[in-house]
Formats: sequence, structure tokens, C-alpha cells
Amino acid sequence: MADTTTLTKKDFKSDQEVRWCPGCGDYAILNAVQSVCARLGIARKDTVFVSGIGCSSRFPYYMSTYGFHTIHGRAPAIATGIKTANPDLSVWIATGDGDGLSIGGNHLAHILRRNLDVTILLFNNQVYGLTKGQYSPTSPTGQRTKTSPMGSIDRPFNPIGFALGCNATFVARTYDTNIKHMERTFEAAARHKGASFVEIYQNCVIFNDGCFDDVVDKGVRDDRLLDLVPGEPMVYGAGRDKGIKVEGFETIVSGAEDASVWDAAAASSAPAFTMSMMDENPGHPNPIGVFRAVSAPTYEEVSASQVAEAIEADGAGTIRDLVYAGETWEVA
Amino acid sequence: MTTTTEPGSDLPLQKQERVVIRFAGDSGDGMQITGNQFTSTSAAVGNDLATLPDFPAEIRAPAGTRPGVSGFQLCFSSIDIHTPGDNPDVLVAMNPAALAVNIGDLKTGGVVIANTGNFTEKDLKKARVEVNPLEDDSLEGYRVIKVDINKRVAEALDGSSLSTKEVQRCKNFYTLGLMYWLYSRPLEPTEEWLRKKFAKRAELAEANITAMRAGFAAGDIHEMFQGRFEVPAAELTAGTYRKIMGNQALALGLISGAELAGLKAFLGSYPITPASSILETMASFKRHGVVTFQAEDEIAAICAAIGASFTGSLGMTTTSGPGIALKSEAMGLGVCVELPLVIVNVQRGGPSTGLPTKTEQADLLQAVFGRNGEAPIPVLAVASPSDGFDCAIEACRIAVEYMTPVILLSDGYIANGAEPWRLPDVDALPSFEARFEAPRGEGAAKYMPYSRGQRDERPWAVPGTEGAEHRVGGLEKEHLSGEISYDAENHEFMVLKRQEKVMGIRASIPTPTVRGPQGGDLLILGWGSTYGTIIDAADRCARAGTQVSTLHMRHLWPLPDGLDELFGRFKAILIPEINLGQLARILRGEYPHHNFISFPKVQGRPFLSTEIVEKVSDILER
Repeated sequence: MADTTTLTKKDFKSDQEVRWCPGCGDYAILNAVQSVCARLGIARKDTVFVSGIGCSSRFPYYMSTYGFHTIHGRAPAIATGIKTANPDLSVWIATGDGDGLSIGGNHLAHILRRNLDVTILLFNNQVYGLTKGQYSPTSPTGQRTKTSPMGSIDRPFNPIGFALGCNATFVARTYDTNIKHMERTFEAAARHKGASFVEIYQNCVIFNDGCFDDVVDKGVRDDRLLDLVPGEPMVYGAGRDKGIKVEGFETIVSGAEDASVWDAAAASSAPAFTMSMMDENPGHPNPIGVFRAVSAPTYEEVSASQVAEAIEADGAGTIRDLVYAGETWEVA
Repeated sequence: MTTTTEPGSDLPLQKQERVVIRFAGDSGDGMQITGNQFTSTSAAVGNDLATLPDFPAEIRAPAGTRPGVSGFQLCFSSIDIHTPGDNPDVLVAMNPAALAVNIGDLKTGGVVIANTGNFTEKDLKKARVEVNPLEDDSLEGYRVIKVDINKRVAEALDGSSLSTKEVQRCKNFYTLGLMYWLYSRPLEPTEEWLRKKFAKRAELAEANITAMRAGFAAGDIHEMFQGRFEVPAAELTAGTYRKIMGNQALALGLISGAELAGLKAFLGSYPITPASSILETMASFKRHGVVTFQAEDEIAAICAAIGASFTGSLGMTTTSGPGIALKSEAMGLGVCVELPLVIVNVQRGGPSTGLPTKTEQADLLQAVFGRNGEAPIPVLAVASPSDGFDCAIEACRIAVEYMTPVILLSDGYIANGAEPWRLPDVDALPSFEARFEAPRGEGAAKYMPYSRGQRDERPWAVPGTEGAEHRVGGLEKEHLSGEISYDAENHEFMVLKRQEKVMGIRASIPTPTVRGPQGGDLLILGWGSTYGTIIDAADRCARAGTQVSTLHMRHLWPLPDGLDELFGRFKAILIPEINLGQLARILRGEYPHHNFISFPKVQGRPFLSTEIVEKVSDILER
């Protein structure tokens, strides 16, 4: 699968004019993905980008790989067919908070629990963009939009908690204004064998501008974001002086020296759940980085091995075997 | 034919041409197994046959109640037959509910075999029967044979290590043994089957065999019957045969179709009555390279199949009525991306959840027209259980040759029905190998995903092919390049192109042939599972001195060429359908100058031949 010729980011740019709004966070995400694809060294011909419907789902048109812009919410289902039918392909899914968590929530849940070896990028901008500004399943309660003039009455999904609840084997979060962090996270996700879920805080300049500014704005982010790095102490702050100490299911904001070491490979997803809800506690930072990275058999591998096993046991079947089977009798 | 285990019977043996038996009991009584065993044994002795299982949607409705009644009707004969028969000659009723539900269908003068052991006060009450029908004159006109099967089974298995409950579960095999005696069938095939089925619990196999032998012996000993019957082997066309059920034939045809196309079969499916056994069957054929995916829902099932086709497998999905509704959007995607895809709809009673275990043909208009936008999809329908094999292969052919989704309609009656299948010459099956685009080196002409071949099909380039990287999707595509296009002229061009492509399938399908006189007063036209009943009705008319012609349509969209001329040869065209006249509506639209008479019946059951015969005489007498 790996290509011996060196691939560059440019190789992954398609000839299509990118049509997101000027200033949209999606541009940076596209750039980061193209860089990571080059770094992974997987040929364009062996890479497939699959998407549903929404702004983020235009993604495949801008990649020079194989691509499938499917129907609303169903990208995980189509990707499941692609990956199961040909496990050699590198399969990516681009989806959004509406596509992935509203209309397609069911398929997202099932691709994660089945552990197909695909990389899922969920562009979360907490609003429906392509339909021009209605609240989404990740919009905070009270958000005023065209369809919630007095404020949204829905309680939002926490995408990380959703993925963990589906027993996903790789769960991470990043944000669109930090290219380095995005590239690092996407690469880890792509290299993970199994279903990888990455939530991206993505700004919608038109309908929800600044929705993540309270945590990602340059002026505040060092103190407001905690990057979960497997095997590293949970330290944050402009002066790297603050830390998170874990006691049972509680997190305590402490000094850097008391910070617990983050274990993303714990068999239980409970610590990752604790982290995913940490920012609901006053004074706590908002966690990004890798919440969970565990190993499990992939769906397509087991599916293919069952077929191989059956052929090994009884020989490859022919149409004759199929038809002239069971109890037959002759009429002269 | 040999009958064995015979305790010196001296009762007269009468020949019969054709017999219809209905086994009816509680859904826990094993009536489906009993019926299936009788069917297999009859097939093995060379009878022609047709079956009609009829079971409740509930797995186990309250025992002894009318909704809990499960039935299995089969017709076996020494002559060519096409239907499981209108009215049974024999009704086996395991309890009062089974008797009450089924007695109305029994032929006048028919035989009722009733298990008196289950006609207690309590049983009558559960069945909401006030007076025991075995003790008043309500069964006058029928021959009633009363057997306390509960007691007889207990006696036969006296001293067995089985619990009382397990002993009583052998009742159906006692009954089967009794029927084997009555119709001079051998016991060996069922004995073999039992030993295989209960390989791990030999005592259960032996108990059932003992019960069956006791039932067989009882025919003689208890002098319940005045004679035994024999239904000699039918004169079938020479060849190798096996018994086949509709869903099973579809599964074998889908696997074969993929193989004939040189593709891997990928089935994405979600369990739904009455289609589930296609998924179950295909899941058991992994050594044929079949990949089955049990999806989280109907939508994911078809979407995964589309994904698999995108990578170069032959994507398939199987479902029934409500499932088809859920798949509509993805079918439109299939039309847009122009990938091969086979969609099987085993129709059931609708609308909504409707009658899950009953049959209907009411999804035809939905299959032909039921999508948003101009989204043409070819449609064909299965005529009988064994026809599923050929139809599935034909659906695969069209899908691959024309790069299109194809809808294959079957129904609940065919799905669970069985008949002898004369096995095809495997080497003579059609060949329609799929072609993939070859890799392109640098400097080669650009791959144009929406350029067209001879049949207007687009070229299929699968991921992994160097130089053919491209994007597909549900947005309108530009002719040739396949890039997104909102251009007005291009949209109309593409709408027409997709229509033209599907209508072009006509060039590859035959004009159906008329059975009987090639012109005249009346043509009976059918599609799908009315096939057997229509033939049967026409034969009855012929025996009564009226020649009527019949025509069966496998391809329903596009309609084959030559129909206009063909219809013109008849004064009237009668179309019996298990819907409110859907094919009639299509034909009236396409051929407005002919006299189509719609004959609808929507009761969740197949037509009876006699209903069609009566309709024919009504029309001809007018």
C-alpha cells in the first residue's frame, strides 16, 4: 500500500476550486489532512474520502484521491461497505455535527462499535451551516438561531462522550486554528488500527462566529486548553505551571508537579469519560488531545478471515456446488 | 415407490392424482416442520408439489388461541401442478383454534383429522369455541377422524427418559407418521433427517422416530380409515431435481450472478420478515467468497452495498415493504452514481408494518416510480420459488451490464413456498463479466467517469486503480467529467441520459410468449407469484372447454418490446393482481388503446384458481 515515491501535500490537492466561505475553519483542516496524507505515504489510488451532506462533506471533492460524497448522515454506512469489501484501502470520513450526530447518529455509533479501520473527522461548529444557520445537536442549550429564536431547548451531545459510549478504540479532539496539533492528532488517528474518531472544534464565520473563542482564542488557550498526551503528565497553562490530578472519578486542578500521567490505553473507558466531562467543573480547562487509544480486532479483518477460513475448510465454492447440493433426485 | 415398516396392511390402495393437505396447529406444535418433512418426502418419491406456509407474525401467540394458529398447506401430485391448491382435501387440526380458523377452506366431503386430546373445555375456551365441534353436527359433510394424539404419543413413549413436556412435543411426528401411512410414503427420509438434526441428542431423535412409527402403525391398527391412497410419481421433465424454497433460490441466484459477473458478492441487509432467510442463507455460503453484512438498519444495509459496489464488488441488499421505503433515498444515490446494485424486495402486506407474514404485490408502483426526482430503475419479478434463481441472475446481469441499481420483486408467498427445481446446466448459464478500467500511466487520457459505453453505461474504475482517481456523489454530475454541475442544460441532458439508458435495457430482454392461442377473446396477464394460479386457472378453463391464453411478465420496467402488437390480438386482457391494479395502471398509461380489465384481490393471500376461472367466465359471458 505504501508508495515508494515521495508524496507531497500538493499531490493530494484536487483541481477543484474550494468553495467554503472565506475564513472558514475547514480550509485549515483540509490543509492539515493533505499534509498528513503525504506523510503517511499511502498512494492516492489507495485512499478514499467519504462524506455525507453539509459544508464539511464537500471535503472529498478537494482531495485528489478516490472520493464519495454520499447522502445525509450515511457516510459511515457507505464507508463500512467500502472498507469491508476492500480492507486494503485507506478510508477517511468527513462529517459534521449535524451529519454525524443528528441524521447519521445511528451509523456513527455502529461504525465505532464495530471498529472498522477508518478515520472519522467530525467538524463541530455547533450549527447547521449549509442550510443557513439552525441549531445543531451540539449547540449549547439556549443558543439563539433561526429555528430557536428564544434559545435552543435541546441539551447538546458531547461528541467525545458519544464516541466513548460507542466503545470507540481511538477518540481525540483538536481545533482548527492549531495546524500542528491537528496534524499530530490526524496522523495518530490515521495510524491507529481501528475506528478513529476525531472531533475538531471548527469555527463557522458566517453562522456561529467565535463559538469556541472562549477556549481556543490565542489570548486564552494556554490556560483554557489541556492537551491529553498519552504517557505525559497533564500539565497546562501559559507557564506550564498548572496540572490536573485524578482521584477516583474526580479531577482536581493542581500544580504541575502534582499532575497525573495520562493513560489513554486503560482498558476501561471510565478515565476518558471523566476527562471528557472535566470542563463542566468550574475552573477546569477544556481537554483536547487523545482521550482513548486501545487495540481491538477490526471488523473487516475478522469478516475477511471468516471467508478465508470457510474456503480453507471446504475449498472455494463453485456455482455447481451451490446448485447441485442438498437432497437431489433424478428423473429419467 | 417403496413403503416400508408396514405391518401387513390389507386395506385397499387407491390411486389419486393430486392431494392437498393442510397441517394446522398451535405455533408451538411444529406444523412447519411437519409440512416441510411431508414435502421433502413427497419430492423424494417423485411427486410434483407446491407449498404454502401460513404462520402468525407473533413467534408464540398465546397457546391455543386463534391468532396462534400456524398452518402449512401442500399439494403433491402425479401431474404437473403450479399452486398449493385452492381447498385442502385433508385438514389436520391439532386443536379447536386450528379447526375453527381452517375449516372454512376445506373441500366439501374433505377429511378432518382432529387431535381430540386438545379439545378439552379449557382448549375450547381458549379458542373461543362454545360447543365442541367434534360433538355437534357442525362438521356434517366432512369425514372426521378423531385421534387422541396426546394420549397415543404418551403411550408410544411410555418408559422414555424424556419429560412429559418433551414427550408431548413429539406429537407432530406422530401426526406425520399417520399421514405417511395414509398416503403410502416412506419413513426413511424423515428418520435420516431427525438423526441428523438431533445428532447431539440422540434420545430426542429416537423419541420422534418412535412417535412417527407409532402414528404410521396406528393407520392399520386402529382402523380409522377405510383405505390408503397412493399418489404416483409425476411425469416431470428429465433431469436432476431438488426441492427449493423461494428465498433459498434467490440466495443461490444472487451468489451465482456475482460469480458469473466475475465479482465478489456483498450483501448488506437488515433482518425483516419475510426476507431474512436470504441473508441467513447467504451468510452460510462464505466459501463462495460471499461477504454478508448485517447492518444497523435498512438504510445502512443498502448504503454499505453501494459502498461495496464502489470498490468493485457486486453490492446487494434484501428487504421487504417497510424496508424498501427506508432505502428509497439511497436508491436515488445509486441512480446518480450509476453503480451496479441489486435490491430484492420480498413484498408483504402493507401499508406500514401491515401483514408481515402475509403476501401482497402492492409495491410495484413504488418500485417503478417511488423515488424523488427522475430516478429510473429497472424492475423485474419472480414467478415461483425456483424462478428466483434465474431472476436473481438476470437482475445481476442488468445491474452489471448497464451499471444501474435493479429492483427484484418477490413476495411472501414465493419466499416460503417450495417446489421441485430442475437444476440448470451450470455451463449454459449466461455470462456477463464485469469490466473495470485499467490503470493509467502518466500522460494517458484523463479518466472520464461519466463517459458512456455501448449501452450508455459509464466506465467502472475502482479504488486501487492508478490514474483513475475520481469523486462520485449524489449532486448532479457533468456529462463526461463527472464534476458537480448546476448547469440547466446539463441537468436535462443527464436526466434524459439516465432514462435512455434504463429504457435501452429493452434491447436485451425478450418479448414474453403467449401460452395458448396467440389471439382471441381473452388474455390473462400476470406478474410475480400469480403465475402458477393463472396457469392452473387457464388449464381448468381448457378442461371445461374454454381456451384462454396467458402471458407472464418477468420484466416490468422497462416493459419489453412487442407488447402493443401482442395486446392488439386480444379483445380483452385480464390482469389479476394482489394489489388494487398497479400493473394495469402502468399498462393503461403505456398502451392506452387496449382493453385491460383489472382484477384486484388484497387479502394477504394468493388468488385461488377458481376465483380466476369464475372471473374468466363472467367476462366471456358478458
